[in-house]
Amino acid sequence: MNENGINLWQFMQEQSSKIWEQLLAHIGLTFISLFIAIIIAVPLGIFIARKKKFAGMVLGITGVLQTIPSIALLGFMIPLLGIGPKPAIVALFLYALLPILRNTYTGITGVDAAVRDAANGMGLSRMQVLFKVELPLAFPVIMAGIRTATVINVGVATLAAYIAAGGLGEFIFGGIALNNTNMILAGAIPAALLAIVLDFLLGLLQKMKRRKLRFAFILLPVICLVLSSFYLLPSFYGSSLLAGFTPEFMGRQDGYLGLKNVYNLNMRNVVISDAVMYKAAFEKKLDVISGYSTDGRLKAFDLVTLEDDKHIFPPYYVAPVVRNEVLEQHPELESILNLLSGKINDSTMTALNYEVDYLKKTPEAVAKKFLQEQQLYKAPQNRNGDEIRIGSKIFGEQYILAAMYSMLIEGYSNLKVSAKTGLGGTKICFDALTNNQIDVYPEYSGTALLVILNANETAVKQLAGNKDSVYHFVQQEFQKKYKLSWLQPVGFNNTYALMMRKAQAEQLGIVTIRDLVEAVKN
Amino acid sequence: MISLQHVSKKFGERQAVDNISFDIKDGETVALLGTSGCGKTTTLRMINRLTEADSGSIIVNGQSNKELPLEELRRGIGYVLQHNGLFPHYTIEENIAIVPGLFKWQAHKIKKRITELLAQLHLPENILAQYPAALSGGQQQRVGLARALAADPPILLMDEPFGALDAVTRAEITKDFRRLDILQSKTILLVTHDIQEAFALADRIILMHEGKIMQQGTAATLLFSPANNFVKDFFAQNRLQSELSAVTVADAAGFFAEGNNGNGQLVNVDHAQSLWELLEQQNGNNKANEINAASVLQALENWKKNFNE
Repeated sequence: MNENGINLWQFMQEQSSKIWEQLLAHIGLTFISLFIAIIIAVPLGIFIARKKKFAGMVLGITGVLQTIPSIALLGFMIPLLGIGPKPAIVALFLYALLPILRNTYTGITGVDAAVRDAANGMGLSRMQVLFKVELPLAFPVIMAGIRTATVINVGVATLAAYIAAGGLGEFIFGGIALNNTNMILAGAIPAALLAIVLDFLLGLLQKMKRRKLRFAFILLPVICLVLSSFYLLPSFYGSSLLAGFTPEFMGRQDGYLGLKNVYNLNMRNVVISDAVMYKAAFEKKLDVISGYSTDGRLKAFDLVTLEDDKHIFPPYYVAPVVRNEVLEQHPELESILNLLSGKINDSTMTALNYEVDYLKKTPEAVAKKFLQEQQLYKAPQNRNGDEIRIGSKIFGEQYILAAMYSMLIEGYSNLKVSAKTGLGGTKICFDALTNNQIDVYPEYSGTALLVILNANETAVKQLAGNKDSVYHFVQQEFQKKYKLSWLQPVGFNNTYALMMRKAQAEQLGIVTIRDLVEAVKN
Repeated sequence: MISLQHVSKKFGERQAVDNISFDIKDGETVALLGTSGCGKTTTLRMINRLTEADSGSIIVNGQSNKELPLEELRRGIGYVLQHNGLFPHYTIEENIAIVPGLFKWQAHKIKKRITELLAQLHLPENILAQYPAALSGGQQQRVGLARALAADPPILLMDEPFGALDAVTRAEITKDFRRLDILQSKTILLVTHDIQEAFALADRIILMHEGKIMQQGTAATLLFSPANNFVKDFFAQNRLQSELSAVTVADAAGFFAEGNNGNGQLVNVDHAQSLWELLEQQNGNNKANEINAASVLQALENWKKNFNE
């Protein structure tokens, strides 16, 4: 648990105000959506228990909603509702719907027919049957559904960090991106505790005696409303420039921390996933984003990069990183993987990314076309040799590189390739490599330096700016510490960059990051 | 008090009740007897409109049952179910207080009524704070009856009221039931599939089959002058017991060859009970006033001869 000499407890104490803030946002998100779900699902459940012909259809639709992967659902919301709390609340609401709806339906239909018969036979009105008999008897089942929905919501709400809605997900995803276990746990432990505590408290409510039920009926919405108010919406909406940074960027010295320290940039910002960040910038939900300089969406969404005039972003030259054991077993790999060396410059890579990210071509098709143009492509050999596992991070450029390496290996040797693409971050890729889950993946020299090696500030300063010295430094360190080899760089420099919409940048006269700092001050 | 005229009900393609008519007089206890699926429960439920009749008219208390608002109609009719239907989340006290509560009785009046009911139905006071699950089946059934009687409705509809009880409890509660003062003035329609129960409780029996009425009349009428073969066959099993149950001591009093006092008279005997009950009483009671079984059977035979002539 020791990392940089700080243990988890110290980290949590240092970050306590931030954890507290994220926790409150998390509770708020969970309960706003839960409250809306209860208001809609309970009456709807009663309705379909009465009109059974609608039950199949209604439960079917909510069931389908439940199967949509959460991150995809959040993605669908962006064009409709933008980023921030609104789409997050809607997505969480949709997930909370099914458990509450189904349990209300089951609870009401499960009331003993003789009891309902007796109630009707004695002359209770429909409303009296509902409130005196059906709801009280179904209450434990309905509460069980609400508990399930709450626990689901606490879990899914971590993903809200992807679309700038805050919550404990900011630490969790930041930690994953930054290879910082303390940070992951600082988000994950409160989230887990929150789920357990809420489940326990709602469990008490569930077991409440009937006499106190009326009290519970009132208490539940009040609790929901109070907890919902933890989530303060106004701070998000405003008029001045708004930045959206990825969780990884937020925690990096060559990211947000550097912007603050070196540039004194102090602007309103939200945390957001890079999967939706560019689109959000294009749709004017965000004004400044932290992107990658070779990203194809730069071209697609008409964004410009701001010049890093104080050089806080170190060079990020990409090269394949391979486990030494694999190289010893298959020495031919080195020359094969080096075939790409020097073949792709920044603009070539941006164009390739553009084809994948914007023109929606498959990474394989783009990779194959490029290799054919370079006359590097060969049809696969017999693939009867050992298996080589290629990893990649979860964005287009890495998919393209992984596809190119696959084709080269299978074309130039009899080895067989299996792709483990789409690994969600530097830490996951690197851990997969060191734990013998993959054999090779493309890594960036700057990322290796700052995220994996956690190089101290003086070392960074000595190396800064010089692409060759950074590359040699990480090559040596990886060999020494992890028995991993850096092969030759591919050629392009995919560095971090701040980006804005071209039109807005021109209108405000912003070319460099320093211009941006001035613009924000005014 | 209750009158059904040409009432029919179809469930899908099945004719559950097929054009039936009957009347129940004030204070009369009538049993709807038949095998399961014969339409007797449907007939009962059409009276308080838990099931709506397709055609025909049902008069309750001189008024069509469709004229009153549904809730008002039902609140004026006591309803007892086979599986008692007590609210499991209500205490016994709260269960009994439901209908008076709907009528917005004052608390002290409800309290007084509950005490009264408990005494009449031989239920202990200490069950009031308990939940139905803590009671025995027999007690639950009595509480179900107390609940139906709480607001003192003139009419009582009972759907297999003792059907869920074991044989011993059932025999006991049946006997008990007939002696309850509280029921004497009520007009009662009872649904049952049990011949002995019908004989023991009802003044008159309506035998149903496949939605139609096969015959109606006293137990003795059905037993000794059946209208058709169905009625005859229906009573074929345990016929002797049925016959003994259908004839009261009062009916057969003149047919005993010898009494129990040496003068051919029956003394110290409840004349309202059936011959079957009389026989039951004699069991293991070899003292004075003993009537031997042979003389009872002889009396029955004599009475039958007389009845058939």
